[in-house]
Amino acid sequence: MEEVRLIEVKEDIMSDNDAVAKSLRERLSKEKTFLINLMSSPGAGKTSLILKTLESLKNELRIGIIEADIDSMVDAEKVAAQGVATVQLRTGGFCHLDASMVEKGLSSMDIGELDLIIIENVGNLVCPAEFDTGAIKNVMILSVPEGDDKPLKYPLMFSVCDVLLVNKMDYLHLSDFDVEAMRERVLNLNRQIEIFEVSAKTGEGIEAWTNWLKGEATSFIG
Amino acid sequence: MHELQVTQRILDIVLRHAKGNGVNKVISIQLKIGELSDLEDEWVQKYFDYLSKHTIAKNAKLKIERTPVVMKCDECGHSFEVNIKEVKDIQCPECTHKKSTLISGREYYIKDMEVI
Repeated sequence: MEEVRLIEVKEDIMSDNDAVAKSLRERLSKEKTFLINLMSSPGAGKTSLILKTLESLKNELRIGIIEADIDSMVDAEKVAAQGVATVQLRTGGFCHLDASMVEKGLSSMDIGELDLIIIENVGNLVCPAEFDTGAIKNVMILSVPEGDDKPLKYPLMFSVCDVLLVNKMDYLHLSDFDVEAMRERVLNLNRQIEIFEVSAKTGEGIEAWTNWLKGEATSFIG
Repeated sequence: MHELQVTQRILDIVLRHAKGNGVNKVISIQLKIGELSDLEDEWVQKYFDYLSKHTIAKNAKLKIERTPVVMKCDECGHSFEVNIKEVKDIQCPECTHKKSTLISGREYYIKDMEVI
């Protein structure tokens, strides 16, 4: 009988994705294009938030959008109607975007002509958190109807994001969502995170968010 | 939910190492996965069995070691394990300070494999 041997592998499972993400970031920094990855659960308001952001920034920055959807074009059509460069990525059942998919999306955009690209990731609080997309900043939305306990249930998502947008603040008075408790839970996982309370519906708080975004994008592209 | 993609990556890495080492058959694979990951061990094995059925890693057993979530207190520097799914507040057991930094729990690592 053949002898059993032990082979040391010592390799990170995500190393290939991480390598693609790293080279994407190098390219973005050379091309001076700020890329953000927007994540949330389905229905938290990613598309509405993007539309509101475009309304406020499309005359100041050249913006492109990458829309990931499992199998539809609805969001991409709404965004393209705003007159910005939009690429639709059908993930074909994939629950998240990874760096190679984003690279593919970027290949059909003229990134040298864009200051800011927003990726609308697949609606899901679990899988997108595990895969580095190559974005410069990760942004997530938590909407008030989802509840203030979400940081406890999806800790990884809250720990990988640079910004948390608490959306649907116009609904707060109808809910028992505890903003302070939520803040404390989030900050426990991630102290560097910036939190903005917004309503994509009424426009409340949107300016603080777009000011932050504009500031970050401007300093990145120099 | 993304077990399939992760499992494909595991298989690719395993087969690459097997090829470089003149392996006839992979018996088991030792993985280290952080507690922050939502991967289900059972599904990783099922997907692996499906993906590997025509390879030399067919029937290999995945042995998943979970690495705990460890935080380091910003105040006193004490490192402590946290059961992230159960606690509401993360607090240093030594000095009760509430601010701490994540130092492990996000691992996704293949340690080694048994082969013949």
